[in-house]
Amino acid sequence: MSEEKKKNELLFFALRNSKLKIGAAIVFLFVLFAIFGPSFAKYPLNEFVAGGPNPPSADYYMGTTAYGQDVFAQFVHGLGSTFIVGLVGGGIATLLGMLVGFFGGYKGGWVDELLNGVTNIILVIPTFALLLIMVAYLKLRGILLESIFIGLTCWPWAARAIRAQTFSLVSREFVDLAKLSGMGTLKIIFREIAPNMMSYLFMTFILQFGGAILNAATLDFVGLGPTQGASLGLMMNWATIGSALLLGYWWWFVPPGLAITAIVGALYIMNVGLDEVFNPKLREM
Amino acid sequence: MKRYFLRKLLIYLLTFFIAVTIDWMIPRFMPGDPVLNMLAKAGSVHAEAQEVMYGYLTTAFGLDLPIWQQYLNFWNALFHGDLGVSVLQFPRPVVDVIKSAIPFDLLLLIPAIVLSWIAGNKFGAFAARSKRMDNTLLPVGYILTATPYMWLGILLGWVFAIILKIIPISGAFSYALKPALTWTFVLSVLEHWILPFASLFIVMFGGWAIGMRNMIIYELEADYAHYLEALGAPKRLIRRYAYNNALLPQLSGLALKLGVIVAGAMATEIVFSYPGIGYLILMAIQNSDYFLLQGCFLFIIIGVLLANFIIDIVFILIDPRTRLGMQGGAS
Repeated sequence: MSEEKKKNELLFFALRNSKLKIGAAIVFLFVLFAIFGPSFAKYPLNEFVAGGPNPPSADYYMGTTAYGQDVFAQFVHGLGSTFIVGLVGGGIATLLGMLVGFFGGYKGGWVDELLNGVTNIILVIPTFALLLIMVAYLKLRGILLESIFIGLTCWPWAARAIRAQTFSLVSREFVDLAKLSGMGTLKIIFREIAPNMMSYLFMTFILQFGGAILNAATLDFVGLGPTQGASLGLMMNWATIGSALLLGYWWWFVPPGLAITAIVGALYIMNVGLDEVFNPKLREM
Repeated sequence: MKRYFLRKLLIYLLTFFIAVTIDWMIPRFMPGDPVLNMLAKAGSVHAEAQEVMYGYLTTAFGLDLPIWQQYLNFWNALFHGDLGVSVLQFPRPVVDVIKSAIPFDLLLLIPAIVLSWIAGNKFGAFAARSKRMDNTLLPVGYILTATPYMWLGILLGWVFAIILKIIPISGAFSYALKPALTWTFVLSVLEHWILPFASLFIVMFGGWAIGMRNMIIYELEADYAHYLEALGAPKRLIRRYAYNNALLPQLSGLALKLGVIVAGAMATEIVFSYPGIGYLILMAIQNSDYFLLQGCFLFIIIGVLLANFIIDIVFILIDPRTRLGMQGGAS
C-alpha cells in the first residue's frame, strides 16, 4: 500500500469514528471557550465587583463568589491555565519518559538497572516534598512554572509504561532480525520499536496531558498552586476556604470540577477513538 | 533468584536513602527559621523569654550543630524512631501524632485500593469486546477516571450532607464521641468513612476498568488468542487466558499509581477533614510545622516502598517471564 493511500485510509476511519469525533469536539469547544471566553467576561478577573455571593444571572453569568468576585471571569481564565498545564506538563513528561523508557527497555542490563533505579526513586519521592521547597523559595509562582515542575516529576509514569512495552517488543523476531542485520541502537529504537508502539506513545501523551491537568488541580486545591491569576483547581480551593459547600453556593464549586472532568474525559475518549483508527485490528467489533 | 532479590533490595535501600536525604532537607533548607516560625505562632511571649526559648529549642532540635553532624544525628534518631517534636501539637512527638493518623489512612486506603482494583478489573474484562457495553458503559468509566478526587468528594458531600442531610461530612467520627469499642462509635466511624471511601473507590474503579478493557483488547488480538480460536477453543477459555495476561500490567499499574493515589487521598481527606496523614500534611503546611511535614513524608515514602516491594514479589510469583527477563535472559 502506498503512503498516500494509507493516509487517506486513516483519514477515512478517523472521520467515521464517533468516539474520536465526540472527544475532539468537546476538547475543541473548551479550547475555543478558553481563547475567546475572556473577551466576553463583563468583569475583571478576581476583582470584588459584587457585594457578596450571587447566584447565576444575566448580569453575572456564573454567579459570584462569597467575596463578590465574578465566577465567569475566573472560569474562563482557569480554562486557559488548564490547557497550558496539560500541554507543557504532559509534553515534558512524555518526552522524558520516552528517552528513559526506550533506552532502559532496549538496552537492558546495567543501563536499565540505572535508569529504572532513577525512575523508581523519583516515582516514590512524594512530589509535594520537592514542590514545598520550591514554594517556599518562590513567593510568586506562575502557571508555566507549575507545568514545568509537573512535567519534571511525572515522567517516571510514562517511562515505566514505555519501558515495559519496549521489553515486550525487544524479544520479538523483527527486532532480532534488525540486530542480526547490524542496525545501530538508535536506528532500531526509532525504526523498529517506536513505530510499532506509535499508538501507545500517543496514548501515553494523552494520558500525561490529562494527568498533568489532574495533578495541577490537586496541587492548586491543596494551596500549592500559582499565586497569581486563576486556575480551576484554585477555584475549588477558594470555594472550600469560603465554605461554599456548607453554604450551598453550587455555582462556585461545580463548574471548575465539571470542566476538568469533561476535558480530561473527552481526551481519554478521543484517545480510544484514535487507537481504533491507528490499529486496524480494533476497528471491527 | 537470590541474586535478583539482593539486587532489588539494594535498589530499594538506595531509594530509601535518597528519599530520606531529601526529606531531611525539608526543614533545614527552608528559608526562614523553623524555630522562629514556631515562636511566632506561640504568640506574645515576653521578649527575654523568647530569646531563652529560642536558644533552648535550637539546641533541642540540634540546629546549632554543623550540618554533617545534623545529618548523621538525623539517621541515628531515625533508627531510634525519633522524628522530633511537632510544632503544631507541641510538645507531642511527631511519631505520636503520625501514629494516631495512620489507622485512619489504612482504614480508608486499603479497602479503596484493593476493592476498586478487583472490581475495576472484573468490570473492564466484562465490558471489553461487547459492543453495547463498550459504547454505553465505557465512556462512563473514562469520565470517572477523569474526575478530580476532591471534586467528587465535594459533590458527594454536597448531595448527601447538605441537600439530603443523611451523612455527616467532617472528621472520622462524631465530635461528641470518644473512641471506644461500642456500636455507636463503630457506626459513627462507618458513617464518616463511607463518603471519602466512595470518592476514592469510584475514581479508581473507572481507571482500573479502562486499563483492563484496553489490555484485554490487545491480548485478544495476540497470536496465541487467534491460534486458540483457530483450534476451536471456547471463547470463555480464550478470554480467561487474556484476562490472566492482562492482570500483570494492571498489577504494575497499581505500583505506578500509588503516588497518584496518595495525592488523591490527601485531597479527599482535606475535603472531609478526615484525620489521616493527608490532612496532617495540610495542617503542617499551613502552620509551618516542618518536623511534622518531614515525618509525614517519611511515612508515605516507607508505605509506598513497602507496597512496591510487595507488588514486586507478587509479580515474580505469578509471572515466570519477569524472572527470566530480570536475570538477563532477554538480552
